[in-house]
Amino acid sequence: LPLMAQAKSAFSTDEEQTPFEDITTYNNFYEFGTDKGDPARYASSLKTTPWSVTVDGECEKPGKLNLEDLLKPHSTEERIYRLRCVEGWSMVIPWQGFPLADLLKRFNPTANAKYVRFETLVDPDQLPGQKRSVLDWPYTEGLRMDEAMHPLSFMATGLYGKDLLNQNGAPLRLVVPWKYGFKSIKSIVRISFVAEQPDTSWGRSAPEEYGFYSNVNPDVDHPRWSQRKERRIGEFRKRETLPFNGYAEQVASLYSGMDLRKNF
Amino acid sequence: MNLRVNIREPYFTKVFKPAVFVLALLPLALLGWGVWQDTLGANPIETITRSLGEWGLRFLLLTLLISTLRRATGWGQGVRMRRMLGLFAFFYGTLHLLSYLWLDQFFDWAEIWHDIVKRPFITMGMLAFVLMMPLALTSFKAAIRKLGRQWQRLHTLIYPLTMLVVLHFWWLADSKARTVMPLVYIVLLALLLGERLFHWLRSLNKTPASRRSRSLPAGYAASRVIAQRRP
Repeated sequence: LPLMAQAKSAFSTDEEQTPFEDITTYNNFYEFGTDKGDPARYASSLKTTPWSVTVDGECEKPGKLNLEDLLKPHSTEERIYRLRCVEGWSMVIPWQGFPLADLLKRFNPTANAKYVRFETLVDPDQLPGQKRSVLDWPYTEGLRMDEAMHPLSFMATGLYGKDLLNQNGAPLRLVVPWKYGFKSIKSIVRISFVAEQPDTSWGRSAPEEYGFYSNVNPDVDHPRWSQRKERRIGEFRKRETLPFNGYAEQVASLYSGMDLRKNF
Repeated sequence: MNLRVNIREPYFTKVFKPAVFVLALLPLALLGWGVWQDTLGANPIETITRSLGEWGLRFLLLTLLISTLRRATGWGQGVRMRRMLGLFAFFYGTLHLLSYLWLDQFFDWAEIWHDIVKRPFITMGMLAFVLMMPLALTSFKAAIRKLGRQWQRLHTLIYPLTMLVVLHFWWLADSKARTVMPLVYIVLLALLLGERLFHWLRSLNKTPASRRSRSLPAGYAASRVIAQRRP
Protein backbone atom coordinates (compact mmCIF):
# COMPACT_ATOMS: atom_id res chain seq x y z
CA LEU A 1 0.00 0.00 0.00
CA PRO A 2 1.55 3.33 -1.01
CA LEU A 3 0.43 4.87 2.26
CA MET A 4 2.73 2.68 4.32
CA ALA A 5 5.71 3.95 2.36
CA GLN A 6 5.04 7.49 3.52
CA ALA A 7 7.03 8.65 6.50
CA LYS A 8 4.91 9.04 9.60
CA SER A 9 4.88 12.71 10.43
CA ALA A 10 5.73 13.80 13.95
CA PHE A 11 2.85 16.27 13.59
CA SER A 12 0.27 13.53 13.12
CA THR A 13 -2.15 12.65 15.87
CA ASP A 14 -2.87 9.04 16.72
CA GLU A 15 -6.47 9.85 17.67
CA GLU A 16 -9.18 7.79 16.04
CA GLN A 17 -9.76 8.93 12.47
CA THR A 18 -13.16 10.11 11.32
CA PRO A 19 -14.68 7.70 8.78
CA PHE A 20 -14.16 8.57 5.11
CA GLU A 21 -17.93 8.58 4.63
CA ASP A 22 -18.40 11.35 7.22
CA ILE A 23 -15.46 13.44 5.97
CA THR A 24 -16.87 13.37 2.44
CA THR A 25 -20.59 13.91 3.18
CA TYR A 26 -20.61 16.50 5.96
CA ASN A 27 -19.02 19.62 4.55
CA ASN A 28 -19.16 23.39 4.62
CA PHE A 29 -18.40 24.52 1.09
CA TYR A 30 -20.91 27.26 0.34
CA GLU A 31 -19.89 27.31 -3.31
CA PHE A 32 -22.14 24.24 -3.58
CA GLY A 33 -24.84 25.28 -1.13
CA THR A 34 -25.24 26.04 2.56
CA ASP A 35 -26.52 22.63 3.68
CA LYS A 36 -23.89 20.22 4.99
CA GLY A 37 -25.00 17.65 2.41
CA ASP A 38 -24.96 20.06 -0.57
CA PRO A 39 -21.24 19.78 -1.38
CA ALA A 40 -21.40 15.98 -1.68
CA ARG A 41 -24.62 16.27 -3.68
CA TYR A 42 -23.55 18.95 -6.16
CA ALA A 43 -19.77 18.96 -6.29
CA SER A 44 -19.56 16.83 -9.43
CA SER A 45 -20.13 19.99 -11.51
CA LEU A 46 -16.63 21.19 -10.62
CA LYS A 47 -14.02 20.27 -13.24
CA THR A 48 -10.56 19.99 -11.70
CA THR A 49 -8.68 19.12 -14.91
CA PRO A 50 -7.22 21.22 -16.34
CA TRP A 51 -6.45 23.37 -13.31
CA SER A 52 -4.03 26.19 -12.89
CA VAL A 53 -2.88 28.35 -10.02
CA THR A 54 -1.69 31.93 -10.33
CA VAL A 55 1.04 33.02 -7.93
CA ASP A 56 1.62 36.76 -7.83
CA GLY A 57 2.37 39.77 -5.66
CA GLU A 58 5.48 40.41 -3.62
CA CYS A 59 7.73 37.68 -4.99
CA GLU A 60 10.54 37.30 -7.48
CA LYS A 61 9.10 34.49 -9.54
CA PRO A 62 5.38 35.07 -10.07
CA GLY A 63 3.58 32.98 -12.64
CA LYS A 64 0.61 30.93 -13.68
CA LEU A 65 1.29 27.23 -13.27
CA ASN A 66 -0.78 24.32 -14.32
CA LEU A 67 -1.43 21.91 -11.49
CA GLU A 68 1.02 19.25 -12.68
CA ASP A 69 3.88 21.74 -12.71
CA LEU A 70 2.84 23.14 -9.36
CA LEU A 71 2.86 19.70 -7.74
CA LYS A 72 5.81 18.11 -9.53
CA PRO A 73 8.65 19.16 -7.20
CA HIS A 74 6.81 18.00 -4.07
CA SER A 75 6.69 14.53 -2.65
CA THR A 76 3.55 13.94 -0.65
CA GLU A 77 3.39 12.91 2.96
CA GLU A 78 0.59 12.03 5.31
CA ARG A 79 -0.56 14.34 8.10
CA ILE A 80 -3.28 13.18 10.45
CA TYR A 81 -4.73 16.44 11.76
CA ARG A 82 -7.60 17.46 13.96
CA LEU A 83 -10.03 19.78 12.22
CA ARG A 84 -12.19 22.03 14.41
CA CYS A 85 -15.10 23.80 12.72
CA VAL A 86 -16.11 27.19 14.10
CA GLU A 87 -19.64 25.73 14.41
CA GLY A 88 -18.57 23.41 17.23
CA TRP A 89 -17.85 20.06 15.61
CA SER A 90 -14.56 18.39 14.83
CA MET A 91 -12.98 15.55 12.88
CA VAL A 92 -9.64 13.76 12.60
CA ILE A 93 -8.53 13.61 8.97
CA PRO A 94 -5.58 11.82 7.36
CA TRP A 95 -4.48 14.29 4.68
CA GLN A 96 -1.94 13.77 1.91
CA GLY A 97 0.03 16.73 0.67
CA PHE A 98 3.12 18.78 1.37
CA PRO A 99 4.16 21.69 3.59
CA LEU A 100 2.86 25.05 2.41
CA ALA A 101 6.27 26.59 3.13
CA ASP A 102 7.91 24.34 0.52
CA LEU A 103 5.53 25.66 -2.11
CA LEU A 104 5.83 29.33 -1.13
CA LYS A 105 9.64 29.29 -1.06
CA ARG A 106 9.76 28.34 -4.75
CA PHE A 107 8.46 31.80 -5.68
CA ASN A 108 11.06 33.71 -3.67
CA PRO A 109 8.81 36.03 -1.66
CA THR A 110 10.40 39.43 -1.10
CA ALA A 111 10.86 41.28 2.18
CA ASN A 112 7.58 43.10 1.43
CA ALA A 113 5.62 39.86 1.60
CA LYS A 114 4.04 40.09 5.05
CA TYR A 115 0.92 38.06 4.33
CA VAL A 116 -0.30 35.40 1.93
CA ARG A 117 -3.71 35.70 0.37
CA PHE A 118 -5.56 32.73 -1.12
CA GLU A 119 -8.48 32.67 -3.51
CA THR A 120 -10.97 29.98 -4.57
CA LEU A 121 -12.21 29.54 -8.14
CA VAL A 122 -15.18 31.69 -9.19
CA ASP A 123 -17.42 30.08 -11.77
CA PRO A 124 -21.15 29.89 -10.96
CA ASP A 125 -21.62 27.20 -13.63
CA GLN A 126 -19.20 24.90 -11.86
CA LEU A 127 -19.86 26.22 -8.35
CA PRO A 128 -23.64 26.74 -8.41
CA GLY A 129 -23.75 28.13 -4.85
CA GLN A 130 -22.05 31.24 -6.21
CA LYS A 131 -25.29 32.15 -7.99
CA ARG A 132 -26.47 33.35 -4.59
CA SER A 133 -24.51 36.04 -2.81
CA VAL A 134 -24.35 34.14 0.49
CA LEU A 135 -20.75 35.31 0.67
CA ASP A 136 -18.71 37.81 -1.26
CA TRP A 137 -17.18 35.64 -4.02
CA PRO A 138 -14.44 34.70 -4.63
CA TYR A 139 -13.87 33.07 -1.27
CA THR A 140 -10.67 34.58 0.04
CA GLU A 141 -8.53 33.74 3.03
CA GLY A 142 -5.17 34.80 4.35
CA LEU A 143 -2.32 33.97 6.70
CA ARG A 144 0.44 36.02 8.18
CA MET A 145 3.75 35.08 6.53
CA ASP A 146 5.12 33.33 9.63
CA GLU A 147 1.88 31.36 9.97
CA ALA A 148 2.05 30.33 6.33
CA MET A 149 5.70 29.25 6.70
CA HIS A 150 4.99 27.26 9.87
CA PRO A 151 5.71 23.55 9.37
CA LEU A 152 2.12 22.63 10.39
CA SER A 153 0.62 24.65 7.51
CA PHE A 154 -0.12 22.17 4.80
CA MET A 155 -1.27 21.97 1.19
CA ALA A 156 -3.52 18.94 0.77
CA THR A 157 -4.14 17.07 -2.44
CA GLY A 158 -5.70 13.96 -0.95
CA LEU A 159 -7.16 12.23 2.08
CA TYR A 160 -7.30 8.60 3.15
CA GLY A 161 -4.79 7.86 0.36
CA LYS A 162 -7.15 9.01 -2.40
CA ASP A 163 -7.21 12.21 -4.43
CA LEU A 164 -9.31 14.89 -2.77
CA LEU A 165 -12.98 14.74 -3.67
CA ASN A 166 -14.44 17.99 -4.96
CA GLN A 167 -16.48 18.51 -1.79
CA ASN A 168 -13.25 18.49 0.22
CA GLY A 169 -11.62 21.18 -1.92
CA ALA A 170 -10.08 19.37 -4.88
CA PRO A 171 -7.62 19.63 -6.42
CA LEU A 172 -5.65 21.72 -3.95
CA ARG A 173 -6.61 23.09 -0.55
CA LEU A 174 -5.04 24.62 2.49
CA VAL A 175 -5.02 22.90 5.90
CA VAL A 176 -4.19 25.02 8.95
CA PRO A 177 -5.03 22.72 11.85
CA TRP A 178 -4.80 25.22 14.72
CA LYS A 179 -7.36 27.55 13.15
CA TYR A 180 -11.10 27.13 12.62
CA GLY A 181 -11.85 25.11 9.51
CA PHE A 182 -13.03 28.00 7.35
CA LYS A 183 -9.44 29.33 7.24
CA SER A 184 -8.45 26.19 5.31
CA ILE A 185 -9.55 27.49 1.92
CA LYS A 186 -10.55 25.01 -0.79
CA SER A 187 -10.05 24.65 -4.55
CA ILE A 188 -7.33 27.30 -4.70
CA VAL A 189 -6.68 29.16 -7.97
CA ARG A 190 -4.61 32.08 -6.73
CA ILE A 191 -1.92 32.67 -4.14
CA SER A 192 -0.71 36.24 -3.62
CA PHE A 193 2.10 37.59 -1.49
CA VAL A 194 0.89 40.88 -0.06
CA ALA A 195 2.19 43.62 2.21
CA GLU A 196 -1.07 44.37 4.05
CA GLN A 197 -3.34 42.06 5.99
CA PRO A 198 -5.77 40.79 3.35
CA ASP A 199 -9.56 40.76 3.61
CA THR A 200 -11.22 37.41 4.14
CA SER A 201 -14.69 36.41 2.93
CA TRP A 202 -16.02 35.68 6.40
CA GLY A 203 -14.36 38.75 7.82
CA ARG A 204 -16.19 40.91 5.30
CA SER A 205 -19.45 39.10 5.92
CA ALA A 206 -19.42 39.31 9.74
CA PRO A 207 -16.33 41.03 11.14
CA GLU A 208 -17.53 40.73 14.74
CA GLU A 209 -17.86 36.95 14.38
CA TYR A 210 -14.91 35.93 12.22
CA GLY A 211 -11.56 37.56 12.89
CA PHE A 212 -8.50 37.40 10.67
CA TYR A 213 -6.64 35.02 12.98
CA SER A 214 -9.52 32.72 13.95
CA ASN A 215 -7.26 30.54 16.03
CA VAL A 216 -9.20 27.83 17.84
CA ASN A 217 -9.74 29.34 21.28
CA PRO A 218 -12.10 27.95 23.94
CA ASP A 219 -11.89 31.24 25.86
CA VAL A 220 -13.27 33.42 23.08
CA ASP A 221 -16.94 32.67 22.43
CA HIS A 222 -18.49 33.03 19.06
CA PRO A 223 -21.12 35.77 19.54
CA ARG A 224 -23.86 33.18 19.07
CA TRP A 225 -22.42 30.13 20.77
CA SER A 226 -19.73 29.01 23.17
CA GLN A 227 -16.47 27.57 21.83
CA ARG A 228 -15.65 25.75 25.04
CA LYS A 229 -16.75 22.35 23.78
CA GLU A 230 -16.99 20.50 20.53
CA ARG A 231 -18.64 17.39 19.21
CA ARG A 232 -16.18 15.06 17.56
CA ILE A 233 -18.14 13.58 14.66
CA GLY A 234 -19.11 10.03 15.62
CA GLU A 235 -18.97 10.66 19.36
CA PHE A 236 -21.91 11.12 21.71
CA ARG A 237 -20.42 13.22 24.51
CA LYS A 238 -18.89 16.54 23.73
CA ARG A 239 -15.24 17.11 24.48
CA GLU A 240 -13.37 20.16 25.73
CA THR A 241 -11.93 22.33 22.96
CA LEU A 242 -8.19 22.86 23.37
CA PRO A 243 -6.35 26.17 22.78
CA PHE A 244 -5.01 26.24 19.22
CA ASN A 245 -6.93 22.99 18.69
CA GLY A 246 -4.28 21.12 20.69
CA TYR A 247 -1.35 22.52 18.70
CA ALA A 248 -0.40 25.18 21.27
CA GLU A 249 3.04 23.67 21.82
CA GLN A 250 3.88 24.19 18.16
CA VAL A 251 2.19 27.51 17.39
CA ALA A 252 1.52 29.52 20.57
CA SER A 253 4.88 31.31 20.20
CA LEU A 254 3.68 32.83 16.91
CA TYR A 255 1.33 34.98 18.97
CA SER A 256 3.43 35.84 22.01
CA GLY A 257 2.62 39.33 23.24
CA MET A 258 -0.66 39.47 21.29
CA ASP A 259 -4.03 39.88 22.97
CA LEU A 260 -5.86 36.92 21.48
CA ARG A 261 -9.23 38.25 22.66
CA LYS A 262 -8.75 41.32 20.50
CA ASN A 263 -7.00 39.45 17.71
CA PHE A 264 -9.56 36.66 17.61
CA MET B 1 -67.05 31.85 1.39
CA ASN B 2 -68.37 28.40 2.15
CA LEU B 3 -66.99 25.56 0.08
CA ARG B 4 -69.05 22.96 1.96
CA VAL B 5 -65.87 21.08 2.63
CA ASN B 6 -67.00 19.61 5.92
CA ILE B 7 -66.24 15.96 6.46
CA ARG B 8 -69.26 13.87 7.34
CA GLU B 9 -69.66 12.54 10.83
CA PRO B 10 -68.66 10.13 12.16
CA TYR B 11 -65.76 10.06 9.66
CA PHE B 12 -64.34 13.30 10.98
CA THR B 13 -64.19 12.09 14.58
CA LYS B 14 -63.49 8.43 13.93
CA VAL B 15 -61.14 8.57 10.92
CA PHE B 16 -59.90 12.02 9.99
CA LYS B 17 -58.86 13.28 13.39
CA PRO B 18 -57.11 10.05 14.45
CA ALA B 19 -55.35 10.00 11.07
CA VAL B 20 -54.03 13.52 11.67
CA PHE B 21 -52.89 12.41 15.12
CA VAL B 22 -50.92 9.50 13.67
CA LEU B 23 -49.47 11.71 10.91
CA ALA B 24 -48.35 14.21 13.52
CA LEU B 25 -46.30 11.49 15.20
CA LEU B 26 -44.65 10.53 11.93
CA PRO B 27 -41.75 13.03 12.13
CA LEU B 28 -40.78 11.60 15.50
CA ALA B 29 -41.08 8.05 14.21
CA LEU B 30 -38.90 8.89 11.22
CA LEU B 31 -36.23 10.38 13.48
CA GLY B 32 -36.36 7.27 15.63
CA TRP B 33 -36.05 5.09 12.54
CA GLY B 34 -33.13 7.24 11.37
CA VAL B 35 -31.30 6.73 14.66
CA TRP B 36 -31.96 3.00 14.49
CA GLN B 37 -30.80 2.70 10.87
CA ASP B 38 -28.02 5.30 11.24
CA THR B 39 -29.26 7.37 8.31
CA LEU B 40 -29.19 10.80 9.96
CA GLY B 41 -25.76 11.68 8.58
CA ALA B 42 -22.43 12.46 10.18
CA ASN B 43 -23.93 14.59 12.94
CA PRO B 44 -27.20 12.89 13.90
CA ILE B 45 -27.64 14.88 17.12
CA GLU B 46 -27.64 18.16 15.22
CA THR B 47 -30.16 16.70 12.77
CA ILE B 48 -32.42 15.56 15.62
CA THR B 49 -32.32 18.87 17.49
CA ARG B 50 -33.00 20.93 14.38
CA SER B 51 -35.71 18.67 13.07
CA LEU B 52 -37.59 18.65 16.38
CA GLY B 53 -37.43 22.43 16.57
CA GLU B 54 -38.62 22.88 13.04
CA TRP B 55 -41.55 20.55 13.59
CA GLY B 56 -42.51 22.50 16.71
CA LEU B 57 -42.64 25.65 14.60
CA ARG B 58 -44.57 23.92 11.81
CA PHE B 59 -47.25 22.78 14.27
CA LEU B 60 -47.53 26.30 15.68
CA LEU B 61 -48.17 27.61 12.17
CA LEU B 62 -50.66 24.79 11.49
CA THR B 63 -52.45 25.73 14.71
CA LEU B 64 -52.70 29.32 13.49
CA LEU B 65 -53.81 28.16 10.07
CA ILE B 66 -57.01 26.59 11.39
CA SER B 67 -59.04 29.76 11.91
CA THR B 68 -57.65 31.30 8.72
CA LEU B 69 -58.88 28.23 6.87
CA ARG B 70 -62.27 28.57 8.51
CA ARG B 71 -62.62 32.15 7.38
CA ALA B 72 -61.27 31.42 3.92
CA THR B 73 -63.18 28.24 3.12
CA GLY B 74 -65.91 27.89 5.71
CA TRP B 75 -64.33 24.67 6.95
CA GLY B 76 -65.17 24.90 10.61
CA GLN B 77 -64.25 21.40 11.75
CA GLY B 78 -60.59 22.28 11.93
CA VAL B 79 -61.29 24.12 15.15
CA ARG B 80 -61.88 20.75 16.76
CA MET B 81 -58.31 19.74 15.93
CA ARG B 82 -56.67 22.97 16.96
CA ARG B 83 -55.96 21.93 20.52
CA MET B 84 -54.37 18.71 19.26
CA LEU B 85 -52.15 20.62 16.82
CA GLY B 86 -51.19 23.12 19.51
CA LEU B 87 -50.28 20.32 21.88
CA PHE B 88 -48.15 18.72 19.17
CA ALA B 89 -46.32 22.05 18.83
CA PHE B 90 -45.71 21.91 22.57
CA PHE B 91 -44.69 18.25 22.31
CA TYR B 92 -42.07 18.86 19.62
CA GLY B 93 -40.96 22.09 21.27
CA THR B 94 -40.40 20.22 24.54
CA LEU B 95 -38.41 17.47 22.81
CA HIS B 96 -36.38 20.14 21.01
CA LEU B 97 -35.59 21.82 24.33
CA LEU B 98 -34.75 18.47 25.92
CA SER B 99 -32.38 17.60 23.09
CA TYR B 100 -30.60 20.92 23.66
CA LEU B 101 -30.42 20.45 27.44
CA TRP B 102 -29.29 16.87 27.20
CA LEU B 103 -27.51 16.13 23.92
CA ASP B 104 -26.02 19.59 23.48
CA GLN B 105 -25.27 20.66 27.04
CA PHE B 106 -25.46 17.40 29.02
CA PHE B 107 -27.35 19.30 31.73
CA ASP B 108 -24.43 21.60 32.44
CA TRP B 109 -26.69 24.17 34.12
CA ALA B 110 -24.01 26.84 34.49
CA GLU B 111 -23.29 26.66 30.77
CA ILE B 112 -27.01 26.63 29.95
CA TRP B 113 -27.63 29.73 32.06
CA HIS B 114 -24.67 31.39 30.39
CA ASP B 115 -26.25 30.60 27.03
CA ILE B 116 -29.66 31.96 28.03
CA VAL B 117 -28.37 35.32 29.24
CA LYS B 118 -25.70 35.77 26.60
CA ARG B 119 -27.16 34.52 23.37
CA PRO B 120 -30.30 36.20 22.04
CA PHE B 121 -31.41 33.20 20.00
CA ILE B 122 -31.31 30.93 23.03
CA THR B 123 -33.05 33.59 25.12
CA MET B 124 -35.87 33.77 22.58
CA GLY B 125 -36.24 30.02 22.32
CA MET B 126 -36.45 29.70 26.10
CA LEU B 127 -38.92 32.55 26.40
CA ALA B 128 -41.08 31.00 23.70
CA PHE B 129 -41.11 27.74 25.61
CA VAL B 130 -42.02 29.49 28.86
CA LEU B 131 -44.91 31.24 27.10
CA MET B 132 -46.09 27.95 25.63
CA MET B 133 -46.34 26.26 29.01
CA PRO B 134 -49.46 28.05 30.33
CA LEU B 135 -51.18 27.35 27.02
CA ALA B 136 -50.46 23.64 27.25
CA LEU B 137 -51.44 23.56 30.93
CA THR B 138 -54.82 25.21 30.28
CA SER B 139 -55.68 23.15 27.23
CA PHE B 140 -58.10 20.78 28.94
CA LYS B 141 -61.83 21.36 28.92
CA ALA B 142 -62.24 22.20 32.60
CA ALA B 143 -59.66 24.97 32.29
CA ILE B 144 -61.36 26.39 29.21
CA ARG B 145 -64.69 26.45 31.01
CA LYS B 146 -63.30 27.82 34.22
CA LEU B 147 -61.22 30.59 32.66
CA GLY B 148 -63.87 31.68 30.15
CA ARG B 149 -62.88 34.92 28.48
CA GLN B 150 -59.60 34.91 30.38
CA TRP B 151 -58.77 31.72 28.52
CA GLN B 152 -59.16 33.46 25.17
CA ARG B 153 -56.98 36.31 26.28
CA LEU B 154 -54.35 33.93 27.64
CA HIS B 155 -54.24 31.95 24.44
CA THR B 156 -53.49 34.98 22.29
CA LEU B 157 -49.99 34.35 23.68
CA ILE B 158 -49.59 32.09 20.66
CA TYR B 159 -48.90 35.20 18.57
CA PRO B 160 -45.91 36.61 20.45
CA LEU B 161 -44.53 33.16 21.16
CA THR B 162 -44.65 32.11 17.51
CA MET B 163 -42.88 35.36 16.58
CA LEU B 164 -40.21 34.50 19.13
CA VAL B 165 -39.80 31.01 17.67
CA VAL B 166 -39.42 32.40 14.16
CA LEU B 167 -36.84 34.92 15.39
CA HIS B 168 -35.08 32.15 17.32
CA PHE B 169 -34.65 30.28 14.04
CA TRP B 170 -33.67 33.41 12.11
CA TRP B 171 -31.06 34.47 14.65
CA LEU B 172 -29.49 31.02 14.76
CA ALA B 173 -28.68 31.30 11.07
CA ASP B 174 -27.73 34.97 11.33
CA SER B 175 -25.04 36.17 8.99
CA LYS B 176 -23.51 32.75 8.50
CA ALA B 177 -25.55 30.57 6.20
CA ARG B 178 -28.49 32.90 5.88
CA THR B 179 -30.51 30.09 4.44
CA VAL B 180 -33.94 30.30 2.94
CA MET B 181 -35.97 28.36 5.50
CA PRO B 182 -36.06 30.90 8.35
CA LEU B 183 -37.26 33.45 5.83
CA VAL B 184 -39.96 31.11 4.55
CA TYR B 185 -41.35 30.74 8.08
CA ILE B 186 -41.24 34.49 8.65
CA VAL B 187 -43.26 35.01 5.48
CA LEU B 188 -45.78 32.29 6.42
CA LEU B 189 -46.28 33.80 9.87
CA ALA B 190 -46.62 37.27 8.36
CA LEU B 191 -49.34 35.96 6.03
CA LEU B 192 -51.24 34.34 8.90
CA LEU B 193 -51.01 37.48 11.02
CA GLY B 194 -51.83 39.70 8.04
CA GLU B 195 -54.99 37.74 7.37
CA ARG B 196 -56.08 38.28 10.96
CA LEU B 197 -55.40 41.99 10.78
CA PHE B 198 -57.32 42.21 7.52
CA HIS B 199 -60.23 40.25 8.98
CA TRP B 200 -60.27 42.36 12.13
CA LEU B 201 -60.22 45.66 10.25
CA ARG B 202 -63.02 44.48 8.01
CA SER B 203 -65.11 43.38 10.97
CA LEU B 204 -64.69 46.82 12.53
CA ASN B 205 -66.34 48.36 9.49
CA LYS B 206 -69.11 45.84 9.04
CA THR B 207 -70.23 44.75 12.46
CA PRO B 208 -72.10 46.81 15.00
CA ALA B 209 -70.09 47.47 18.13
CA SER B 210 -72.10 44.99 20.20
CA ARG B 211 -71.02 42.11 18.01
CA ARG B 212 -67.39 43.01 17.71
CA SER B 213 -66.36 40.27 20.08
CA ARG B 214 -67.20 37.77 17.36
CA SER B 215 -64.16 38.81 15.46
CA LEU B 216 -61.86 37.81 18.27
CA PRO B 217 -59.35 35.47 16.72
CA ALA B 218 -57.72 32.69 18.71
CA GLY B 219 -59.59 30.68 21.27
CA TYR B 220 -63.00 32.07 20.63
CA ALA B 221 -64.28 29.40 18.34
CA ALA B 222 -62.85 26.61 20.45
CA SER B 223 -64.58 27.83 23.56
CA ARG B 224 -67.79 28.20 21.57
CA VAL B 225 -67.65 24.59 20.46
CA ILE B 226 -67.16 23.50 24.01
CA ALA B 227 -69.97 25.75 25.14
CA GLN B 228 -72.34 24.30 22.58
CA ARG B 229 -71.54 20.79 23.70
CA ARG B 230 -72.56 21.52 27.21
CA PRO B 231 -75.55 19.45 28.19
